Amino acid sequence: MSPTVVLTAAVAGLVAVGVYLLTSRHLSRVVLGVVVMSNGVNLLLIAAAGPAGPAAIVGPGGAVDEEDLASAADPLPQAFVLTAIVITFAVTAFGLALSYRLGRLEDDDVVHDAGPHRRTRGEAAGAAAPEDGGATARGAQRERGGSR
Amino acid sequence: MSVLVPLPVLLCLLGCAVTLVLGQRPRAQRAVSLTVLTGVVAASAVLLALAVTEGPQHVTVGGWPAGVGIGLVADRLSALVLLTSSLVTLAVMVFSVGQGRTGDTGSSPVSIYHPTYLALTAGVCIAFLAADLFNLYVGFEVLLTSSYVLLTLGGTGARIRAGATYVVVSLASSLVFLTGVGLVYAATGTVAMADLAGRIGALPPAVATALQLVLLVAFGIKAAAFPLSGWLPDSYPAAAAPVAAVFAGLLTKVGVYAIVRVHDLLFDPQTLRLLLMAVALATLVVGILGAIAQHDLRRMVSFTLVSHIGYMLFGIALGGAAGVAAAVFYAVHHILVQTALFLVVGLVEHRTGTTSLRRLGGLAALTPGTAVLFLLPALNLAGIPPFSGFLGKLALLRAGIADGRWDAWVLVVAAVVTSLLTLYAIARAWSAVFWSGRLGFADGPDEPREPVHGPTDGEPPRRTMVAATTGVVVAVTALSLAGGPLLSIAEGAARDTLDAQRYLRVVGGVDDAGAEP
Repeated sequence: MSPTVVLTAAVAGLVAVGVYLLTSRHLSRVVLGVVVMSNGVNLLLIAAAGPAGPAAIVGPGGAVDEEDLASAADPLPQAFVLTAIVITFAVTAFGLALSYRLGRLEDDDVVHDAGPHRRTRGEAAGAAAPEDGGATARGAQRERGGSR
Repeated sequence: MSVLVPLPVLLCLLGCAVTLVLGQRPRAQRAVSLTVLTGVVAASAVLLALAVTEGPQHVTVGGWPAGVGIGLVADRLSALVLLTSSLVTLAVMVFSVGQGRTGDTGSSPVSIYHPTYLALTAGVCIAFLAADLFNLYVGFEVLLTSSYVLLTLGGTGARIRAGATYVVVSLASSLVFLTGVGLVYAATGTVAMADLAGRIGALPPAVATALQLVLLVAFGIKAAAFPLSGWLPDSYPAAAAPVAAVFAGLLTKVGVYAIVRVHDLLFDPQTLRLLLMAVALATLVVGILGAIAQHDLRRMVSFTLVSHIGYMLFGIALGGAAGVAAAVFYAVHHILVQTALFLVVGLVEHRTGTTSLRRLGGLAALTPGTAVLFLLPALNLAGIPPFSGFLGKLALLRAGIADGRWDAWVLVVAAVVTSLLTLYAIARAWSAVFWSGRLGFADGPDEPREPVHGPTDGEPPRRTMVAATTGVVVAVTALSLAGGPLLSIAEGAARDTLDAQRYLRVVGGVDDAGAEP
């Protein structure tokens, strides 16, 4: 294992930027933060693979011969990274759709303090604040009514 | 018979694809979903029988050498939680088919409830069967991504807001998990659990502890252990009743399962014992105090869900066969009892249109059946003898007393207190919802007497919904009868888990074939 400074610094930088974006209230910025941070983590997986080398394809036409297989790059983390990239892609698409929907509902894609806090207060104030608890229950009911 | 091991995953994924194609034909979709889930129950039952009689079943998918290929293992622990989960997913599917309105009415272009639900089940199966950390990560991602869709189904304001919190927290935990996987690979050069068990022992203790902490944080978020549990009571109550029920039953327990595997199989359980004990204590106490403060039935039940995760963490922290066996038994009980409670809350909401404790009242006279269905799992949760909740708590207390160290004694006391407070919380909910008050009128002293969408004009739940709920309630009540055999299986599961050598023998031949970086 020989960690390179460049890779390590890139991992640190990307994760730092990602964490900073994750703390934002805007869901679209959070999604970007997830993208940046997962790139950082993917680089970490690459760094975990050890030194670079030819592709670990053995045999006729392959990149390495049977005997100097040790010089080949470790293929396993590359498979991990591919999988992780695909997962991140799906999750990013969902996150963007969610922030779009939130933006349509709230005029902005800001994540407010958790709804239930307001809901609890709404409950405490009784039926005087029907737009919170009541609306939530009714909204859920309407949705279950399938009238979408 | 190891061909059976990947069967639950395959069935679910196949069912997912078929139901996606049948998007316009709700009836066919329902038939496929129910068939697939019944098949998964059967396969899991056979796997459990095989794991008990013949030992752990192991398969490496695609014929790749172990260490490179994807390994799946069904030992007693995996098979037991797998069987419980598949029973729960089947019951909840029956419930939602009975409800008949979970987005499969044809108004949406593609009816996504069934495919997503089956993908969620597939993710749960992968996570339980995974024999390496990366595959566990993939299983988590499959079930989490499905759960994002299920939670925000319909896209109402409340669900999108709850979904935003849930998705962001889950994404963060997944990134921490993936980081953990990367670091484990960098330190040991493998992610196969059988291999890791030996190689982590050879690492410097500080490195091993750091790895363990990273993974515990990731799983702690998923399991809703106290400082990392804030997301759960904010998101689950917004989901549709069957979705909330299956989340409550399964998702946190997948996190608990991962903690059992990682904490007890891979690392030295004694290193972080005190930390885990403290987390268990905080989860128990803070969770149940939160439950007492709630004025909404769903939120109350969600907080008891968080609180009782603490019992399982207590068992895991104790380590040793007795503690882990008690935790496994408790997990099985908890999967069933929480699903039952969330389903009953769904019945109440279906009937009355609300879950607010201040608005509900007098339901015992109106729907005595629902009242009984609530009371049985609720008393079970609180740990009244002779229910399975009592047996689980008793096993934990005995393991704690046998352990005898001061931190175990603190947790024993906390466990008893939490049990009593749970009884208080559910008694309070019971009297507010089922006994006191006039039908359909607010009961609080400061409430205007305003008629709500009252019980009298609500539609009675369909027979299928009641039947599904009754099924889960009967199952969790019957656990008391099967307590002895179940506990002996759980003890076997604990031994499977703790005995890394045995695990290694089963999965076998990993070291010589593994890719060395």
